[in-house]
Amino acid sequence: LLRSSQPLTGPNRRRCREDEKLLGTILDEGERAFVLDTRSAQAAKQARMSGGGTEPKSSYPQWRRLHRPLERGRPLQESFIKLVEACSDPSLGMDRWLGRLESSRWLSHVKAALSTACLAAQCLEREGSKVLVHGAEGTDTTLLVTALAQVILDPSCRTLEGFQGLLEREWIEAGHPFHLRCARSASSHARGKQEAPLFLLFLDCVWQLSRQFPFSLEFGEQLLLTLFDNAYASAFGTFLCNNEKERSLCKVKESTHSLWAWLNQPEEKHKYLNPLYSHNSLVIWPSVEPQSIQLWQGLFLRWIRPSQHLDEAWAEIQRLVEEN
Amino acid sequence: LCHFFVQVENVRLLDRLSSRRAVLGTLYLTATHVIFVENGSETRKETWVLHSQISSIEKQATTATGCPLLIRCKNFQVIQLVIPQERDCHDVYISLTRLARPVKYEELYCFSFNPKLDKEEREQGWKLVDLSGEYNRMGVPNNYWQISDVNRDYGVCDSYPTEVYVPKSATAHVIVGSSKFRSRRRFPALSYYCKDNNASICRSSQPLSGFSARCLEDEQMLQAIRKANPGSDFIYVVDTRPKLNAMANRAAGKGYENEDNYSNIKFQFIGIENIHVMRNSLQKMLEVCELKSPSMSDFLWGLENSGWLKHIKAIMDAGIFIAKAVAEEGVSVLVHCSDGWDRTAQVCSVASLLLDPYYRTMKGFMVLIEKDWVSFGHKFNHRYGNLDGDPKEISPVIDQFIECVWQLMEQFPCAFEFNERFLIHIQHHIYSCQFGNFLCNSQKERRELKIRERTYSLWAHLWKNRADYLNPLYRSDRSQTQGTLHPQIAPCNFLYKFWSGMYNRFEKGLHPRQSVTDYLMAVKEETQQLEEELEVLQERLANLQKSQSGDNKLKSKQQDRSKQSGLYTSNNSLANTPQEYSSDLKSFPSRSPSQGDEEDSALILTQDNLKSSDPDLSANSDQESGVEDLSCRSPSGGGCLPSEDSGKDSDEAVFLAG
Repeated sequence: LLRSSQPLTGPNRRRCREDEKLLGTILDEGERAFVLDTRSAQAAKQARMSGGGTEPKSSYPQWRRLHRPLERGRPLQESFIKLVEACSDPSLGMDRWLGRLESSRWLSHVKAALSTACLAAQCLEREGSKVLVHGAEGTDTTLLVTALAQVILDPSCRTLEGFQGLLEREWIEAGHPFHLRCARSASSHARGKQEAPLFLLFLDCVWQLSRQFPFSLEFGEQLLLTLFDNAYASAFGTFLCNNEKERSLCKVKESTHSLWAWLNQPEEKHKYLNPLYSHNSLVIWPSVEPQSIQLWQGLFLRWIRPSQHLDEAWAEIQRLVEEN
Repeated sequence: LCHFFVQVENVRLLDRLSSRRAVLGTLYLTATHVIFVENGSETRKETWVLHSQISSIEKQATTATGCPLLIRCKNFQVIQLVIPQERDCHDVYISLTRLARPVKYEELYCFSFNPKLDKEEREQGWKLVDLSGEYNRMGVPNNYWQISDVNRDYGVCDSYPTEVYVPKSATAHVIVGSSKFRSRRRFPALSYYCKDNNASICRSSQPLSGFSARCLEDEQMLQAIRKANPGSDFIYVVDTRPKLNAMANRAAGKGYENEDNYSNIKFQFIGIENIHVMRNSLQKMLEVCELKSPSMSDFLWGLENSGWLKHIKAIMDAGIFIAKAVAEEGVSVLVHCSDGWDRTAQVCSVASLLLDPYYRTMKGFMVLIEKDWVSFGHKFNHRYGNLDGDPKEISPVIDQFIECVWQLMEQFPCAFEFNERFLIHIQHHIYSCQFGNFLCNSQKERRELKIRERTYSLWAHLWKNRADYLNPLYRSDRSQTQGTLHPQIAPCNFLYKFWSGMYNRFEKGLHPRQSVTDYLMAVKEETQQLEEELEVLQERLANLQKSQSGDNKLKSKQQDRSKQSGLYTSNNSLANTPQEYSSDLKSFPSRSPSQGDEEDSALILTQDNLKSSDPDLSANSDQESGVEDLSCRSPSGGGCLPSEDSGKDSDEAVFLAG
């Protein structure tokens, strides 16, 4: 599984031998692979006008291109805002709730993200083909797909430790611009045009997986909520800045504490573990049917719905498992 | 096997959404079932469907591959067959149409079903749920309530039971007078009594008040109900219809109670729509479920347009109102709708469930249904089509109640002794007519048909298998299990979820692949076994220590570990496969096909299984596919792998070239 940003093909169909060679070295003679572009074919084509584009077949003959448009940027932020507003609207009757939920489109985005990640995973696991994922910048939907695909494919990414490693690799080090993306959350009607909840979308998808495979993730919902919180506002330096370069310039590692160090302390760790966890060495293929994708109540209704009875249930689950 | 009178070979059974996954086999029609037997495989997988379950049969346009026949069931199973010859298809269609519409009760399965119990056992089965004991448990008869036998020959109201509870001050004269002023003569009677504060829930039908009619006895009846609760100086009268409908009824000489005429009542409309609206609502929702590859948008809009969850919430809100009135205000409530056998039943039983933790136990729940639905004359036959009848009488009334219970279970996971499977099986058997509990329209009709002597009780059957229906999180000392449940009233729209476990019951790919319930039950069981073993060992140790003999052979650990592996044996073949994630490929299944593996088929009910005759521990075990696998991981450490991926299939993925 590879990731990058878009090739700078431009309107004149520029070529870059080095790029072609790089992609060529990955493949054997006659081996075919896929480019999974997270933009629509049209958007990708239009990108050429501003200097970007796609890998032309003539220059990259072994690569077949798949387009799976995923929402990002402004529209995704709007989707998030609409959802939060729908959840906290007291005047909303049952006769209009689902329509409001739908018009936020959030769950459609979850479905699309999961489907695309599964597609990438299928290419790898079923077709035995390599996959290169990119969108435009390679910092948003690209990372969403690659990270999610790994949770689906790789059991070691489903352990608490492995998941942290995944986040470090695929989100933090890979340069998802947290500082720009996670500024004001759902209150931001983005004057800051850079605000967009990609990371939250990722966490939501992971939550969907945990619901469909309750035994397969070593961590629970509490971890996902904690990550969401810390991406936006944190006592730790883990999600600061936009990339490794900035973190280095700001001396983040020297002057802040790591969230992982905190979470992994024995007295903290147990809060984030899933009592039902059992190592599952296989791939977990989620259903992306609408019935299978649910609103992440624990996050979106966190302050609205009483959690007491559900907490009691989890405590009971914990107790049953521990008692054994 | 059994006698069949239609047999067709080379029939294909399609996976509902993909013609690719068809299996070839033989179709049989018997007097009671449709049976499809798969060709070839050593397992000879069979799919059995009771005629009673069939809701509709649709013959579709003949194609090159044959004649498609779509069978929709009342338990939401959908079976798609393709019959090679048009003539055979037509025969099957005609036969099934007739078989699915029995004319006489004797045609129903419950009269031929034979679980091989003797007469004594059958009788005991019927006695398992005892209503008179239930009223005693509530605390009646007492100073305020008495049992009345005024209806002993069904002379006052033929849809009521022979024994009803009425206020002490309601004489026979008052009861009879009141019954004449009530639709179908369903006079106010006790449904639930709260001994903590003497508040009660009573039920009736609408008064025949028209625009201005009055009835002294009926007014006295309501007074009597009020007097039976000295702690309050008024009662609520709750009309569960929308105001407009109730008002319209006045033109037909019926209507609702006028606060001016009835002293000390506070009248309240709680608008729940009628049976026709509900029937259409379900229909629309099922259409959404049948969409092929729906988008999130299709699904959510479709669900909203059906109005289904809105209706569920309306019923729940009514129940909450009544429960609050009783528990918090200590005020008695009289509930009615039009005829007092649909919405009234729903709302009274939801309220009771909220109020009294007993009804949240398995036994209590059976009692609740027996009380508010069976004894009070809910028209099972008309509503659920035991016999062929007026399609306009059909309506998913009890289904809605059962869903309300499920919604509550989701909000209060520790509050119920039983689990989702219990609810699904009850719903299944309301339609299956395999047991006699839900036949006919009233107690009177059931006694005339001698149901108890000629059929078996579902309750006994469920009770026998109760281990499958337990909720591992239930503990009677939890806060959720004591006293009244308080569901949030507002805002709470989001708390109502689509119940895919019921409406997509047979589509295995949709459900969480691993059953937490079953796993936790297995854990609980194992813990208990280990604790018992521990006790035994400790005893032995104590004994050995006491004994003065110098013999030190302590064989502690060798104690029978045979129980340990007692959980299920591993079966990694129940793996999952990826569905088609490419939405633009319409010809491929959009549901995650659960592994084309043995235990898959929705309804396996072989002759051998007929005894336990459930649609399915297997049907539900494939919904919870992974029951075998995950529980094989002995929690005490001998992990085997839960099955997820197969890794063996190679025919799944299809991609477009860029």
